[in-house]
Parts: sequence; structure tokens; C-alpha cells
Amino acid sequence: MLKKRIIPVQLLLNGRLVKTQRFDSFRDVGDPVKSSAVYNSQYADELVFLNIAREGQSVKPLAAFLERVSEVCFMPLAIGGGIRSFEDAAFLIQNGADKIVLNSVAYKDKSVITRVADRFGAQAVVVGIDAARRADGSYVARSHCGRNEEVVKIEDHIRSCEAAGAGEFFVQSIDNDGMMEGFDVPLIKLVSAIATVPVIGCGGSGNYNHLRDAFLETGVSALACGSLFNFSDSNPLRAKAFLSNYGLAFKVV
Amino acid sequence: MIGILDLGIGNLRSLSNAIHQNGFDSQVIKDETSFADLSHLIIPGVGHFQPAMAAVVDRKLRAPIHAYVATGRPLLGVCLGMQLLAARGTEGGEVDGIGLIPGTIKRLTPGAGYRIPHVGWNVLMTKRAHPVYEGLKNERDFYFVHSFAMVCDAADDVLGETDYGGPVTAVIGRNNVVGFQFHPEKSEVNGLKLLENFCLWDGKC
Repeated sequence: MLKKRIIPVQLLLNGRLVKTQRFDSFRDVGDPVKSSAVYNSQYADELVFLNIAREGQSVKPLAAFLERVSEVCFMPLAIGGGIRSFEDAAFLIQNGADKIVLNSVAYKDKSVITRVADRFGAQAVVVGIDAARRADGSYVARSHCGRNEEVVKIEDHIRSCEAAGAGEFFVQSIDNDGMMEGFDVPLIKLVSAIATVPVIGCGGSGNYNHLRDAFLETGVSALACGSLFNFSDSNPLRAKAFLSNYGLAFKVV
Repeated sequence: MIGILDLGIGNLRSLSNAIHQNGFDSQVIKDETSFADLSHLIIPGVGHFQPAMAAVVDRKLRAPIHAYVATGRPLLGVCLGMQLLAARGTEGGEVDGIGLIPGTIKRLTPGAGYRIPHVGWNVLMTKRAHPVYEGLKNERDFYFVHSFAMVCDAADDVLGETDYGGPVTAVIGRNNVVGFQFHPEKSEVNGLKLLENFCLWDGKC
């Protein structure tokens, strides 16, 4: 049986690990290589890194960072944030990334998804979708770290990204990010219902009950947590110990 | 010397780091010129069968790989690298594989409710004893990412399976050749243990 995954998500800003609230007001929370080594010792299932620095960034520093992480982490590593082309993606994969997360470029040029999937396989392409809730309960996709509103419907975007070759979706709630009040269950449900590839839900975990609710109510493949592991006395091992009381199965080491 | 064959696809660094973590040196090799110096050969790989096999053919590696195996030294294929060991691939039309283990690469058809690709941690159920399993507990989880899997012609070549809407070949082996469908270099302690066992293996079983 395929196990559920719990994925620490780490935001990178100029070589530091930071944590945001609603994609804003970030706080420095340490050194990302050291925290990754700790996650390795806690048998995390996978790590996701999202670079939130933008101006004038090339992917070279990210590759140098990945090189250091892959010396201390023996689990799948996904990285995204500011990948603009096939060449950026290929460079990161050749330097230690198992998956790359494409977000803004996926709205503009789906051929990047296709080229990466053709070369490295669909499993290497994660499409990140940042969604904001409207007053009427519907969702709107936002690109460029939440700054730009996209006109395409999220449902249509998921279908066209999948047709282009996406192997996984990483869906993040902008409203719930860093609030530690629970995942956006309707959003994760919406994406899981349309996508036929695995879905990772992110944004809002503050305690283990939030993980339980999201796993049980949505059937999502994986949940990603930032603040929960950054700020509280929580870790993936304890999360799994708690969740295994509710019929959820995790990796046995 | 442990050689990692570079077919120009994917992430070799994780594999060399995992081997280094076990206390062994490895070298990335691009052609057969250094095959003579190797004690062990690893063929990694992610992506599609057809272009990867085209890289093997273009670099004229099929015959040298067969010659290497004939010397009795251990060979390991990882993920797509394991699939290349098969006789045939069906991803993107029927293509001949390296042909070390009789079998066909077929798309996973797990049925309703199962997402493709098969991504994540799944249980390895060992089918018979093998030196690479030394000291490993049975029914531990390993990291899989694939949409195609090997169907062996001979049941004896299947050393381990996982379950994803039906049995999926996870470990294959015949004489001094083994293959892992999952990524040992991404499977934490148990994956590192398998790699260590491979690096210590003399190719006999």
C-alpha cells in the first residue's frame, strides 16, 4: 500500500530559511541546510524548497544550495521558485533536485512543463498553484509569489497542466499560509477531484489534528507543513505517531 | 572502483553522495573506457525508456555492458536504469532494452482510485533471500516514482514486489545483476543499507 506523505516545506530567501504569513511578513527561522539535516534524522518523507527571492535571481545559488543539502539528505528533494525555463529546470535536476516546482511559468508557457517531462519524466514536474479565496468561496490562482492574479480558472489550469505533462500538483492556500489554523480543505478537495496525478496540499497546519482532518476529508496524497515544524515542538515522527491512530499509514523505517 | 554510468539524464549526485555516505568512492563514467577498472557498475536513470536506451545505443554501450556482466562483476540498475536491463520496453513504441533479464516494461494499470505516476513510499516485500538484502528487515518502505514497471518472463528473477492495485516488480536479480525500481539513494536508512550491501557484494549468490 502506498503511504501518505508528510513534507516539511522550507522557504528560501538569499540563503536563509524564512517563514511567511499569507505570503507576507516573513521571519528568519535559521539555516536551511542544518534544518534539512534534522529532517533527515527525523525520517521526513520528502523535502520541498521554495525560493521566494525574485529580483535578478539566477538558479545558480539554488543549485549550490542543493548540492549541500544532498550531502546530508537521502530523501526526495523538490525545489521551485523563479524557474523560468527548461534550462533552469534541467540545471537544478542535474545538480541534485529530484523534482522541480513550476508555478508562474506554468501560466505563461506550458511548453516548459512538456519539455521537462519529456526529458526527465512526468514525476520530475510538480506544478505549484497558489490560490486565494474569494468572498463567495470560489478560488483564484495567483502567480509571482501571490502578487499577480491569473485569469484562468484553477480547474482549467489543472487540466491543461496535466495534459502538458505535470506529474504532481502542489496546491497552497494563500489565506491559510502561516496562520496555523488548519488546511484549506475545500481547496485541496477541489484540486484532488480534478487532478488524476498525486496532489500535495499546503498552507495552514498548526497542529496534528489539522493534518488528520485534511488527510481524512480530502484523500490527498501528501501534506506539506512549514510553521508547524518551524515554530512548534513538533516534528514528522510525532505527527506520524499521532496520525497512525486514525487509520492513516506512513512509511515504516 | 564503483562506476556510475552517466546517460545524460537526471540526478547522479544523490547516488554518488549516498555511496560516499556508506564509505565508498564512486566515479561518474560516460563510456566503456574505464569499465576494466570497475569493481561495481551502477546504471541510474529517470525519464523515458526510449531516449535513455537511445543513449545506450548511441554510445555503443550495449556490448560493453554485456561483456562487463560476463566477467561476473556486480551490476545494479536503479529505476529507469533497472528497466533498461529488460529485454523490451514499450514506452513510446516497442524498443529493445539491454537484454540482461528477460521481461517487458509495461505501463502500470492499477485501476480506479490509483493515481499515476506511482509516487511515494511503498512496502517492499522480498520474495527470496539475496546478498543485497543482508541485515534488512522485510516489509520496509522505499521511495518509488514511476509510471512503467517491469514484468519478468521468469518468476525466479523477481526478488521483491510492492503492491499498487496489484503486484508491481520492485527488485529483480539474476546471477550478478540486480535492479531496484525504487530509489535506494532516496530511501533513507534502508535505502543506504541496500546500497552498502551492493557495494560489498562480490556478485555471487
